[in-house]
Amino acid sequence: MKRTMIFKRFERFWHWSQAALIFFLMFTGFEIHSSYNVLGFGKASQLHEYAAYALMGLWILAIFWHLTTGEWRQYIPTTDKLGAVIHYYLIGTFTGAEHPYRATTQAKHNPLQRLAYLGFKLVISPAIWISGLLYLFYNHWVDLGLPLLTLGGVALVHTTAAFAMLIFVIAHVYMTTMGKTVFSMIKPMITGYEDIPQEKPSKHKK
Amino acid sequence: MNKHLSHLSLRQMLAAVMLLMLSTATAVAIERTSPSTADHSQFEKLQQSFETAPDVTQACISCHTEASKQLQKTTHWTLEYPHPETGQMLGKRHVINSFCGAAASNEPFCTSCHTGYGWNDMRLPPPTSENAVDCLICHDTTGDYKKSPNQAGHPIYEYKDPVDSSIIHKTDFANIAQNIGPTSSRNCGSCHFYGGGGDGVKHGDLDSSLLTAPRALDVHMSKDGAGFACADCHTTSAHSVTGSRYLTNARDTLGIDVLGHTDHTRASCESCHGNSPHNQSKLNDHVDQVACQTCHIPEFARGGVATKVWWDWSTAGQLDADGNPQTIYDSEGHLQYLSTKGTFRYGENVVPKYRWFDGVSRYTLREDKIDDTQTPIELNKIKGSHDNPDSRIWPFKIMEGKQPYDKVHKHLLVNHVYSADDDTALWTNFDWAKSLQAGTDYAGQEYSGEFDFIETRMHWPIAHMVAPAEDALTCASCHARDGRLAELTDFYMPGRDRNIWLDRAGWSLALLTLLGSLIHGTGRFVSSRRREK
Repeated sequence: MKRTMIFKRFERFWHWSQAALIFFLMFTGFEIHSSYNVLGFGKASQLHEYAAYALMGLWILAIFWHLTTGEWRQYIPTTDKLGAVIHYYLIGTFTGAEHPYRATTQAKHNPLQRLAYLGFKLVISPAIWISGLLYLFYNHWVDLGLPLLTLGGVALVHTTAAFAMLIFVIAHVYMTTMGKTVFSMIKPMITGYEDIPQEKPSKHKK
Repeated sequence: MNKHLSHLSLRQMLAAVMLLMLSTATAVAIERTSPSTADHSQFEKLQQSFETAPDVTQACISCHTEASKQLQKTTHWTLEYPHPETGQMLGKRHVINSFCGAAASNEPFCTSCHTGYGWNDMRLPPPTSENAVDCLICHDTTGDYKKSPNQAGHPIYEYKDPVDSSIIHKTDFANIAQNIGPTSSRNCGSCHFYGGGGDGVKHGDLDSSLLTAPRALDVHMSKDGAGFACADCHTTSAHSVTGSRYLTNARDTLGIDVLGHTDHTRASCESCHGNSPHNQSKLNDHVDQVACQTCHIPEFARGGVATKVWWDWSTAGQLDADGNPQTIYDSEGHLQYLSTKGTFRYGENVVPKYRWFDGVSRYTLREDKIDDTQTPIELNKIKGSHDNPDSRIWPFKIMEGKQPYDKVHKHLLVNHVYSADDDTALWTNFDWAKSLQAGTDYAGQEYSGEFDFIETRMHWPIAHMVAPAEDALTCASCHARDGRLAELTDFYMPGRDRNIWLDRAGWSLALLTLLGSLIHGTGRFVSSRRREK
């Protein structure tokens, strides 16, 4: 076994601050949607706006980081072992089978993760981003030449994306518990390091 | 020791400076009199014993040569308003409202609030002589000038001493004339606070409590607030006063007025506060669609004076066992029944109703056919919608009640309620048949003789009793599932509206994902325990 840096410092900062902001945005967002009443509509919408700006700032940093480090390649979809991973989650995990995929620094996400995160980054996030910005700048639609939009339509897209985000978060949090032990996959996201078996293992594992 | 002394003197100096600042500030706030170049008490013309009020006017216009001519062109004089948008002829001379009904046939009573003398027949235009204009009702500063309730605008000339009724006093017009001044809120209020037959009855946001308003009631008119008079916002030009309910400036896009240049829009909030008055941009984003009044007048009739919200004329005329007219109060001390007027309901601290309003009101006039199957009859329809860019959401007092109409010809009827001498007026004879026959005959209105009472509704825009900012509505007052704007359904509002199917699908899928995870996790746990065994 060797300790390998999987998630670099920026990546961890990005992940956890994004997680915190998304939780907060969901909390305030569903209050704005009047699903419950904790902060009050005014406070909730004000904080939602601030958090949204913070998240957008973070995204800009993250996009820059992904492009400059080439880490964006981690999300190129692949079908290699995809079936095996799905098979593992459906059956293998109950029979004690080994996870068919091993993370490396070159490919830290399994094929299913790649697909899920790509969907998160290319579908859910932009939908929230764009609809949220339109929502925020509702008063300027006419100046921006967007007279065909309706607030109801934009709100529908934003809320749909919010539900998709909620579902993603639930599934994502659960899937992180599916390592060797419940916390073994969460640990590298905190410390950055994962215990990875040697590339060429000796006859018997340690 | 020295240090100690200097400390004291510094403190004293500070105190003195603060006192000085305070006293000048107070002086500025109280000083309202205009820096006039004329002392009316020195004018020989005014140093005479006036027999009648028109004699006073004659003296006024001998110097103010244009004053009467100016006033006689205004709505205060003509009580007539040709509506430029709807083409309807409005004004008190023509409309029927949901309080006293029609003014015609009740003139010496209803024209007691006319800014003139002797309009005895509203079928004819008001008197044309220049000395028929009432200068004093708007310019008296003594408080001694009072209109008689039933003398077609003439003031009380003689009155009994309140202590010894054998002594008769004469109204001292010379003193009143020598002390005239700019129009104060009391001048305006002497008519406008008492519309509909009593203090606060008609408008709900205009009553005598404004004269002594605490800041919480009206930030502008309170002495502890801006200390405004009505005329500070309702500015005048050639005696014509800004502000109209018939054609309201529902959305002022002009913003802050420049003194001397754009004075004619002063009656809007924006003319002082501009079009982005809030510190928070999201609040300013509301200005194009929500009238200032909507958030800043959370309730009306807040000054301790109740306003009438229901007036059912159909029950009028019921006399007690001895054949005398009755006066009944409700448990809160408000009038509930009068044999002369019918049944009432009053309200205090009333939450307004909200409507889109582009400023145009279309009235149901005497000659307009009504559909008596569609009640209540809207006496004034408020125009506006979300998609109409001139509209904003405005607060309204909704006045409802029952009024007489012709069952055959299907129109509202002119009611003759007051007369000093004839035997057809409702208030003296309590007979609707006679009253309506006389009223319609007088007004020349088509009348079949068959009448009934129909429910009516009237919208009164609310624009006064602006509360301090801290008492304004909060976001959640409207942005809630069942908030104040629940009735306005022609637009999407966050916090109120949602797609119920999206909500159901979203929450169901989220719950299924959670359940699926729990089942999957339990499965993993159980199978791993089995394998360990």
